[in-house]
Amino acid sequence: MSDFELSRNAAGRLVLRTAAGETHEGVVPVHAFPISAPDECISLLGTDGHELRWIDQLADLPTGARELIEAELAQREFMPEIIRIKQVSSFATPSRWQVSTNRGDTELLLKAEDHIRRLALTTLLLTDGYGVSYLIRDVDAMDGHSRKLLDRFL
Amino acid sequence: MNAYTIPPQSPDRPLADAWLKSVQLHVSDQEKIQAWLEVDLDEQMRFSKRLLLLTDRRLIGLVGAGADISEYALDAGLSLRQTDHAGIGCIELFAAETRLACWRYTMAQNADATRFVRQFGQVLEYLRTGQISSAAPAAYCPKCLTPMTSDQEACTYCDPEAEEIPPSSWVLLRLWRFAQPYRWQLLAGFLLMLASTAATLVPPYLTMPLMDDVLIPYQNGTPINVPTVSWLLAGLFGSAMLAWALGWAKTYILALVSERIGSDLRIETYDHLLHLSLEYFGGKRTGDLMARIGSESDRICVFLSLYLLDFATDVLMIVMTAVILFSINPWLALVTLLPLPLIGWMIQSVRHRLSTGFEKIDRVWSQVSNVLADTIPGIRVVKAFAQEKRESARFRLANEHNLAVNDRINKIWSLFSPSVTLLTEIGLLVVWAFGIWQVSNDDISVGVLTAFLAYISRFYTRLDSMSRIVSVTQKTASGAKRIFDILDRVSTVPEPSKPVHLAKIEGRIDIREAGFRYGNRAVIKGLNLSIAPGEMIGLVGHSGSGKSTLVNLMCRFYDVSEGSISLDGVNIRSLPIAEYRSNIGLVLQEPFLFFGSIAENIAYGKPDATRAEIIAAARAAHAHEFILRLPHGYDSLVGERGHGLSGGERQRISIARALLIDPRILILDEATASVDTETEKEIQKALDNLVRDRTTIAIAHRLSTLHKANRLVVLDRGEVVEVGSHDELMARQGAYFRLYEAQARNVDTDLDDESSSNPAPVKEVQA
Repeated sequence: MSDFELSRNAAGRLVLRTAAGETHEGVVPVHAFPISAPDECISLLGTDGHELRWIDQLADLPTGARELIEAELAQREFMPEIIRIKQVSSFATPSRWQVSTNRGDTELLLKAEDHIRRLALTTLLLTDGYGVSYLIRDVDAMDGHSRKLLDRFL
Repeated sequence: MNAYTIPPQSPDRPLADAWLKSVQLHVSDQEKIQAWLEVDLDEQMRFSKRLLLLTDRRLIGLVGAGADISEYALDAGLSLRQTDHAGIGCIELFAAETRLACWRYTMAQNADATRFVRQFGQVLEYLRTGQISSAAPAAYCPKCLTPMTSDQEACTYCDPEAEEIPPSSWVLLRLWRFAQPYRWQLLAGFLLMLASTAATLVPPYLTMPLMDDVLIPYQNGTPINVPTVSWLLAGLFGSAMLAWALGWAKTYILALVSERIGSDLRIETYDHLLHLSLEYFGGKRTGDLMARIGSESDRICVFLSLYLLDFATDVLMIVMTAVILFSINPWLALVTLLPLPLIGWMIQSVRHRLSTGFEKIDRVWSQVSNVLADTIPGIRVVKAFAQEKRESARFRLANEHNLAVNDRINKIWSLFSPSVTLLTEIGLLVVWAFGIWQVSNDDISVGVLTAFLAYISRFYTRLDSMSRIVSVTQKTASGAKRIFDILDRVSTVPEPSKPVHLAKIEGRIDIREAGFRYGNRAVIKGLNLSIAPGEMIGLVGHSGSGKSTLVNLMCRFYDVSEGSISLDGVNIRSLPIAEYRSNIGLVLQEPFLFFGSIAENIAYGKPDATRAEIIAAARAAHAHEFILRLPHGYDSLVGERGHGLSGGERQRISIARALLIDPRILILDEATASVDTETEKEIQKALDNLVRDRTTIAIAHRLSTLHKANRLVVLDRGEVVEVGSHDELMARQGAYFRLYEAQARNVDTDLDDESSSNPAPVKEVQA
């Protein structure tokens, strides 16, 4: 099915070997639609930023390559999902939030209200002061306390 | 044990207690801890703390308190590499080209991580050479160990705004700095306020004798004593007149002062803003800065002249009323004032809910206007794709959201003023009840009761307006904080403390080992370049190669992070900024014309230029003739909404502007990029006049415009890759040659387009 092989070299970089025998080091997988279609539409880019391969469905790939890509994507595209907002330092920005995410508990710094972006009616994307993006997949699915806190910023 | 001292020695902050035990477990007493770093992500990218410990022998990775460690003995072949992507930083440990380990952290830890990597480098260098690098800069940023020069006040590397704290109302006290010049007016205003408040309290007091000495005796059969009544009525009228006059004087004086404070604040903030480096402007939106200086200072002014004034008056009135009431009858006064705090608290809690609601309405409003702001400028696209229905639906949706939020607020809001009235009535009721009981016991007279009722009905109504002060203060405090943010910002391009004045400038520029970082991205690295007086240098390289940054550094819009730039052998940091820049003529890709006449625009850099000078500059810039063709000649208005000038005409005006100040150094930043070939020829002729006998640095997209350059400097990723004349570089067949070939094939193609459509294996360099 696939006309290329992926492996990881000693330097920890992904290496792509095409059927034609070309090898590309330092291949970077990126999502075309990281939020709306996380398992589809992935592009493999070379170090110069040019596209080497396009992957429609991650599921089409052999297990080894898929796992490599998933691992790399997980490290590159870090977007914890906020499950609960425990506490906010103030209702005026900048505000420090104590949150529980699917990747553990942490603190984020919200610098301004417009750093909360509404992706869909109940889906929000927060960008914290250090550039990490946090996703709130469904506002309505959060508990009352979190929603009440969040509501003050919306 | 040889204890070495590395410039900013071992960790200067104590290690968190949680780690101490596990550190003691793994590090023996003979080992010396050199540095440590707490990272906050684990291998699965979950938030969890890890400790990186650097001793004089090992690099140790610790997980929690357990025995779970990874350790790497230090040797000269190791290196740490630090990268970051999308808010996540990564430190990788390499032995030659093999990655041994990798630690990740969120950018909140970035400054610490950078410090750790530097310290690692220093320890390794000591291992390798046995000594500490002697070229260490004198000063370090205490946070991230970025080297700083002695005259640099703030570290450009770690972001000081990350430390922002939410505004507290105490910020408002800082306004005293602006109020101080007006302290006498303020004192006068305060005294007037005292007097006028006292005057307003006279009428209820006079109801007492009116009741007890006139009306009640009359009901009991005593005829009305006309002189007493006249005195009392005159007193009522007089106090009303007095309160009116004093109130007017007080409001007028304080409004005058607050307006002046607002204006001083605006002027000083704008002044300060103008002197900040370009770096600051780069990170801010224009609208935000405009709002800070314009509406925020106005909000402060309104707060001072209206809300604070009202509040102070109300407080004075309540205190004075309380004193009067207690002096008349302490028991009734106590009963009257007892429910006051309760009512105040109730009003406050309702207000609080309301104010959060109103903030929400503000934000929803901006959604509605965003839809408009999106659609109206893009109306051609909307119509062309026949999407009117969809835009209308989007607007309807935003409006529905707005309605829903408003409905919710109105539920509380509509309850608010009837509730205040109700509370007032209940308060009155209590006073009535207790008063009647006291009258029946002959403790007080009817007149006293009437006076009490008159007094308290006044200040219950004031409680509502007083409750507003909290939210208004908060809003104003956040506005004041935003203004003080600007005022507190120290320019990263400071004026020299001991300025050097150059009498005559030759125009020799030396760039030595210059380095520059934007945030944590190195844009210029170890760049060396000497430019002789009168020489023309062409800067070539693709976008992002650092050409514009280099030019910005030369203009001292930014300061170099490392190395130096000097003019005639003097570091440009030691020259007064304005004096230094007056020697530089700058022509940009998008010429900016200010609102005003053409003559004023040409004379922007030298406002006292004579007409003859202006015309000479315009002639040299090949602008004279087209200016004469305009209906008002040199007096024609240009600028944002002024006369429609073409791109080439605007550019020639900006060239004339640069010519008029007769600079020794000339910088052309893509001066001909945005015009067609025909106009370019016109501009080129103008530029040839400009370039003569001046040190010139030109960035150009089209290599053909750089034919006159004495030397071409090819930049790539912030470094000089090739230097030489056109012929030399062509002969070398390197980066410049490829670039020139690409352009020769298709003269008018934009090089960025070319490279994206043609992924050639060779590294492309664009001009």
